[in-house]
Amino acid sequence: MISEQFPALIVVTPLILSFFIPVVGWWRKSLCLPIVLAALSVCMVSAVGLLNMVQQHGEIHYWLGLWEPPWGIEYVVDNFNAYIAIIVTFMALAAAIYSKRNVEQELPEHKIPTFYTLFLLNVTGLLGITVTGDAFNLYVLVEIASFSAYGLVAIGEEGALVASFRYIVMGTIGACFYLLGVGYLYAVTGSLNMADLRVLLPPLYGNSAVQTSFIFILIGLGIKVAFFPLHAWQPDAYTRAPSAVSVLISTAMAKTSAYALIRIMFSVYTVDFILHYVSMMDIISWMSAVAIIVGSIYAIQEFNLKRMLAYSSIANVGYIMLGVGLSTSTTLGLTPALMHILNHALIKGCMFMTACAFIYKAGLRDIRDFVGLGRRMPYTCLAFILASLAMIGMPPSVGFISKWYLILASIDAHNYVFVAVIFISTLLMIYYFWRVIEIMYLLPAETRPGNEITMDEAPMSMLMPGIILAVLCFAVGIAWIAGVFSPIMDAINTTFGLGGI
Amino acid sequence: MFEYFISKYNYWMYVVIILIGFYAMMAKGNFMKKLIGMSIFQWAIIFYFMSISAKKGATVHIIGGHGAHTVVNAADFVNPLPSVLMLTAIVVAVATTGITLSVIIMIFKRYGTLEEDEITTPE
Repeated sequence: MISEQFPALIVVTPLILSFFIPVVGWWRKSLCLPIVLAALSVCMVSAVGLLNMVQQHGEIHYWLGLWEPPWGIEYVVDNFNAYIAIIVTFMALAAAIYSKRNVEQELPEHKIPTFYTLFLLNVTGLLGITVTGDAFNLYVLVEIASFSAYGLVAIGEEGALVASFRYIVMGTIGACFYLLGVGYLYAVTGSLNMADLRVLLPPLYGNSAVQTSFIFILIGLGIKVAFFPLHAWQPDAYTRAPSAVSVLISTAMAKTSAYALIRIMFSVYTVDFILHYVSMMDIISWMSAVAIIVGSIYAIQEFNLKRMLAYSSIANVGYIMLGVGLSTSTTLGLTPALMHILNHALIKGCMFMTACAFIYKAGLRDIRDFVGLGRRMPYTCLAFILASLAMIGMPPSVGFISKWYLILASIDAHNYVFVAVIFISTLLMIYYFWRVIEIMYLLPAETRPGNEITMDEAPMSMLMPGIILAVLCFAVGIAWIAGVFSPIMDAINTTFGLGGI
Repeated sequence: MFEYFISKYNYWMYVVIILIGFYAMMAKGNFMKKLIGMSIFQWAIIFYFMSISAKKGATVHIIGGHGAHTVVNAADFVNPLPSVLMLTAIVVAVATTGITLSVIIMIFKRYGTLEEDEITTPE
């Protein structure tokens, strides 16, 4: 049965097809994008199939080459993996469709095959991270995803090279810290399989090598998610990258890194270890609170729209990590964090798409130049407004439901400071998004003769993904309220032993 | 105290090397020097992995002789797995160096310098 091979297929398909792209692209440039779309469609089918299988039969264990774990590499799929894999493939698919016209404008023609090769390799790495059950394998896949991201960032606008270099330096430090953490774990246990480590570690929790390894891995993956104060590479990389890449790395890649962090924290180490041996949960929560406030304050000071969104992403990573930090002290468990992973992917995807459409069509980066844009690009602006409303948290949007659950979690944990932090950040968000909308719609445009504003909308392939994501921001919000995803959330919380306090 | 350092000198070496690499990455303003620091940083981790696989009086993990079915005394051989892992890590390190060098070449072509503070990018 082909469905048994889904865990391998989801990684192998984009990997193999990515090597076909330069060959085919040498012959026909126009065939590159269809190959990417085909590969991502296979991944999408596999991801949905995996979620379906997990729900019916429970966890899937796939032994590569039939080598038994803990000796061989094992791919493990449970609800959490399948959920993230669907988000990654969906966002990558949206970014791929969106990239078509952008790439034609931003890159010389002979570089298009290279771009799509890197694009698909990046997705390979990300999907690999989501399915792997081996700690060292995770390192390799993180590096595959990062390398392609370095390359993708470097082909962006002026200043992208330096941004890419900083990203390489920070990303390598992150990956190396992760590798060191894994090395410490290997030195004390002799195993690299995550499930095996979970079994072997409990008697060694008091060991200082194990505790150090946790800190190393937290810092290493914290750099990859751009968790404050390890975010220094992120604003430049997001701003300077080509449009489609901004969409991809701000949604799929950031979310996968967050997944890896949560997976290692709760699957390899356990709640017991984090609470009683290293007591990191409070530190994570407080750092997240600082990230939320500082990210929002940076965003307010910024007039470059893409950079503003990048700083807003730092604040939103704070939201996700706040959900993680609070997860052990509420009955909601990880639900708020997992919710915000999906929600923020939808919102930020839509926002970067619209922001880059402004650059594509009008060459506008600075929000102070957006005067009259509401009439010039009405549909794109509408998508931006919907996403802004979702980000601010208008019911029944996804942003509302994230914030609502985070507030519930904070109240449940009897920590009212975080409630205040969420309210303050919402106020700041209202300020910096309203500012954009005000300039777009309300400021009177100077209409000199011969300079009238005419409608000049972005092309369909750029407009549709943005609008679909904008609509999803609300549709998924309603789905959360209706409890469509709650079986998945409950299953994930049960696997990690959370939520039943 | 001295014996404590001496008995684990390989680990202290790795700590010293990794800090040298880290210092070069953080404090140096030249992109090439940062890259060198990065390589030192990565090699230090490889030294660490080699250290954990080493045993006193053991040899490389090649089972010699003619018989494939000889009894192997595990204490005579170093742990092969870290070496295998480091093969992958070396490949990753080479790839990092390669991609960084290509970015550095492009930076030099564009700006004519590799000093970080001499490069100005527009907001």
